[in-house]
Amino acid sequence: MNAPASFEGAKRTGEGLPEKLVVIGNGMAGCRAVEEILARDPERFEITIFGAEPRVNYNRIMLSPVLAGEKSFDEIVINTQEWYDSNGISLISGDPVTYIDRANKTVVSALGRVEPYDRLLIATGSDPFIIPVPGKDLPGVVTFRDLDDVDKMLAAAEQGGDAVVIGGGLLGLEAAHGLSLRGMNVTVIHLMPTLMERQLDEAAGWLLKAELERRGQTILTGADTECLLEKQGPEGKCIAGVRLKDGREIPADIVVMAVGIRPSVTLAKASGLAVERGVVVDDHMVTSDPAILAVGECVQHRGSCYGLVAPLWDMCRSLADGLTGSPNGYEGSVTSTKLKVSGIDLFSAGDFSGSDGAEDIVMRDAARGIYKRVVVQENKVIGAVLYGDTADGNWYFDLLRKGDDISDIREALIFGQAFASGGALADPNAAVAALSDDAEICGCNGVSKGQVVACIDGGAHSLDAVRSTCKASASCGSCTGLVESLLAIRLGGEVESGPKTLCKCTSFTHDDVRRLILEKGLKSIPETMQELHWTTPEGCASCRPALNYYLLCAWPGEYVDDQKSRFVNERLHANIQKDGTYSVVPRMWGGLTTPNELRAIADAAEKYGARTVKVTGGQRIDLFGIHKEDLPAIWADLNAAGMVSGHAYGKALRTVKTCVGSEWCRFGTQDSTGLGVTIERMTWGSWMPHKFKIAVSGCPRNCAEATIKDFGVVCVDSGYELHIGGNGGIHVRATDLLCKVETEEQALEMCAAFIQLYREDAHYLERTAPWVERKGLEWIKGRLLGNPEEVRELAARFHISQKHSQVDPWAQRAGGERADLHQHIAEVRPLHLENVI
Amino acid sequence: MIGKWLDIGPVTQIEPGTARTLPVDGGEEIAVFRTMTGECHALVNKCPHKQGPLSQGIVHGNVVTCPLHNWNISLRTGEAIGDDQGCVPTIPLKVDGGRIFLLREAVVPSAASVLADKAA
Ligand SMILES: Cc1cc2nc3c(=O)[nH]c(=O)nc-3n(C[C@H](O)[C@H](O)[C@H](O)COP(=O)(O)OP(=O)(O)OC[C@H]3O[C@@H](n4cnc5c(N)ncnc54)[C@H](O)[C@@H]3O)c2cc1C
Ligand code: HEM
Ligand code: SF4
Ligand code: FES
Repeated sequence: MNAPASFEGAKRTGEGLPEKLVVIGNGMAGCRAVEEILARDPERFEITIFGAEPRVNYNRIMLSPVLAGEKSFDEIVINTQEWYDSNGISLISGDPVTYIDRANKTVVSALGRVEPYDRLLIATGSDPFIIPVPGKDLPGVVTFRDLDDVDKMLAAAEQGGDAVVIGGGLLGLEAAHGLSLRGMNVTVIHLMPTLMERQLDEAAGWLLKAELERRGQTILTGADTECLLEKQGPEGKCIAGVRLKDGREIPADIVVMAVGIRPSVTLAKASGLAVERGVVVDDHMVTSDPAILAVGECVQHRGSCYGLVAPLWDMCRSLADGLTGSPNGYEGSVTSTKLKVSGIDLFSAGDFSGSDGAEDIVMRDAARGIYKRVVVQENKVIGAVLYGDTADGNWYFDLLRKGDDISDIREALIFGQAFASGGALADPNAAVAALSDDAEICGCNGVSKGQVVACIDGGAHSLDAVRSTCKASASCGSCTGLVESLLAIRLGGEVESGPKTLCKCTSFTHDDVRRLILEKGLKSIPETMQELHWTTPEGCASCRPALNYYLLCAWPGEYVDDQKSRFVNERLHANIQKDGTYSVVPRMWGGLTTPNELRAIADAAEKYGARTVKVTGGQRIDLFGIHKEDLPAIWADLNAAGMVSGHAYGKALRTVKTCVGSEWCRFGTQDSTGLGVTIERMTWGSWMPHKFKIAVSGCPRNCAEATIKDFGVVCVDSGYELHIGGNGGIHVRATDLLCKVETEEQALEMCAAFIQLYREDAHYLERTAPWVERKGLEWIKGRLLGNPEEVRELAARFHISQKHSQVDPWAQRAGGERADLHQHIAEVRPLHLENVI
Repeated sequence: MIGKWLDIGPVTQIEPGTARTLPVDGGEEIAVFRTMTGECHALVNKCPHKQGPLSQGIVHGNVVTCPLHNWNISLRTGEAIGDDQGCVPTIPLKVDGGRIFLLREAVVPSAASVLADKAA
């Protein structure tokens, strides 16, 4: 941190005369730098400040409260005209500098004013980034940077109507909030799936989105703007709305572009200073020209540009130190973010994107809408995201900046400063032991510490036992940690571990999760994770697919399938093989095919280079070695011959295997083939907890092997035997006989009811065989036999769900949907000299 | 002149929480990931276990779970996480102006290279 050499050679313009300092930019950094210099040496410079805006310096970050009507402009002024006057500063406002003449050390303004300088300070801030879409210049399209922008928005809000804010970052959301309070009907369009994705994780972003929607804003995430629409207004063309790339159109009387900022460097660049993303400065904010300094958002320091005020204060301090001779250089800043929307508490700092060796400590309190996540690496806090309760934000930020070792307070860290720094209380067990008997442990069910202790002493020796006896932590689960502490205190090492939780991200079991999704009406993965206090921010490869299935099963037609949470086979609708290619199995209803289909399969096998063609155990034909890029094309070919996806890749109905039955076989008692086809037409496309296989045999000789299927039908002279819970595989299990029915209709209804019972009750990745053993055949019979009403209802729910799932995914993909999942981004080829032109 | 960085197109072509692939003629196929929080990473598209295509795994945080046998691989270092041992090479990547750039020499170690459209 050397004091820059340039200052020693600083020339005086004349003996005894102060040097002349010219500042370009009357904004937050420019004026702060002047204040810092005046505080150190008020006599040193004669100062002139040029400002493009026709007003004194004000606190730009408070434009949001001005827009929202919470503050007036006068209240956000930082330096009044008297300040300039009493410090002998000439303020030239409303007249931007347009040219820097470095050779003659003068600046020239738009109105032609020429001002000489000894030292020049560039503090031009940033320019809002305008996305280059058609219509961007229409009247009614504004940015959010200065008071003029706010005035434009207020004028629009006076007329009421629709406002669209493009950009769901800090600035955009504050604009949206203000316009919404001013009575406009606001839609926020955000490119990413998560609001403020640079500051928030998925969990906090979801909470924020839910809260803004509750307040009446429409939030469209994952929405890409295609163009702005125009209409003929009273004074010519003006904004009419926004069209998204997916074709949606949103009406708008005003559009606010808040998609980001770019350092304002035009002037510096034109004068030949070193400029990359920003004006390049050293640790004393000196540019490539020793006579010129720069500070604020327009600079780039050690490769970083900043968009928040905190770094400016540090920069201005170092700048003034450098100018007045003391050698404290600027070393860059760590920033933290708060959203200035009243009633929403949100804090974020540091790195929380999950780096290596980093460990997340997550606490959620659904009842109070709280999500806290602290990221720890090598015993140091490296990041924090807080939503709903930001009281400890500054404390975490402090730990982060100082790099304090937190190993002593690690266990209690997430509970906040009051708890963690309480000496003995840093041990959570000790803290819980110190609670009084009537302290409330479980807020949802109003259970006190005394009651939980009594329940443990009364024999409840596991979390699950406590949950079922006194209900503590049985609802939202946020007090699970407290109950576990109480168990540890009362029982020492004798705590019994409860049933297996869904995965390591949660203390709930599969059954709990399924029940709570229905009870609480949880409709998305982030919502479920928040309400059920997931301990990880985004879940893991075990719970994401499970939650996706549970939600799909609970809310057919309503829940939007999350492809990111599906295993590759279900995402690509084909089976991945060990070499990374895929196998393709077209559906053959009941195992029937036709010469035409076989011809199409043969053609496809040749055309797409299937290296192996195999007849499967489920009476289908499997084409191996297909590349993921070719999948949509081979599906299109198979579709053209009338075939659809065989779902050989899914936790879904796989195949209905049949024998030839009474139509051909001399032993056949019923039309097993026909029944199999009907069953397959009814059940195809359904998503299940695990794969599901069906077979129909025409007589007890059982050539279709129906008694090792999840659901098997064995035809007999007097009707149909229905078998359940069979399995080949490692542990072969023969089916249990569920019942015998007389008609095909009854067989079909029972089949649908059984499937739905399995879909609604089983754990994700639990086949029917272990499920039947876990629940007991009697339980299943109890639900399905002698209970025609329930059977009807189950079957009806299955059919409702099927309405939404019997869409051929191959046809969708062949039609061009989600091409990104199949195509490479691009290809890299070696550049041979002969190809270079 | 051939630049040091290879422009492979806009960030938006990768849905957050997923990956896409970049085959390299004369080199290893690369998986380019974009996490839910918008970070981008490039790794050789081969699991250190048995060469599973990592691009097809489920992404959570900064980790991808291999589709073949569920190894968890760090997107930042390419190293296997947990009890498993192994590491897949990462390719230096930067995002600038909304576009993704890969360090050219890490994509194709020896030869100069160009980007060709699949369709071309
Ligand atoms: C609505 C809003 C809310 C914000 N909220 C927060 C927040 O909550 N927290 C936070 O940390 N940050 C916030 N910010 C960011 C913060 O305001 C900026 O980081 C800060 O203002 C940057 O200071 P600056 O001096 O570099 O730029 P500015 O304050 O923009 O000052 C630059 C000035 O230079 C003038 N200028 C430009 N070119 C010329 C020229 N050629 N001649 C003369 N003058 C020129 C400009 O007109 C401008 O007045 C917010 C910003 C906005 C717009
Ligand atoms: C008493 C014992 C059995 C007798 C008499 C018997 C008889 C038959 C007959 C007559 C067919 C008719 C085939 C046709 O004409 O297409 C047949 C088919 C078949 N049998 Fe058996 N079978 C018996 C047991 C089994 C068993 C135990 C299995 C396997 C576990 C089996 C597997 C098959 C298969 C796979 C077919 C072809 C079914 C089709 O796809 O149509 N059979 N059997
Ligand atoms: S199960 Fe019976 S009806 Fe079907 S093929 Fe075998 S012997 Fe014939
Ligand atoms: S190949 Fe990736 S886990 Fe086996």
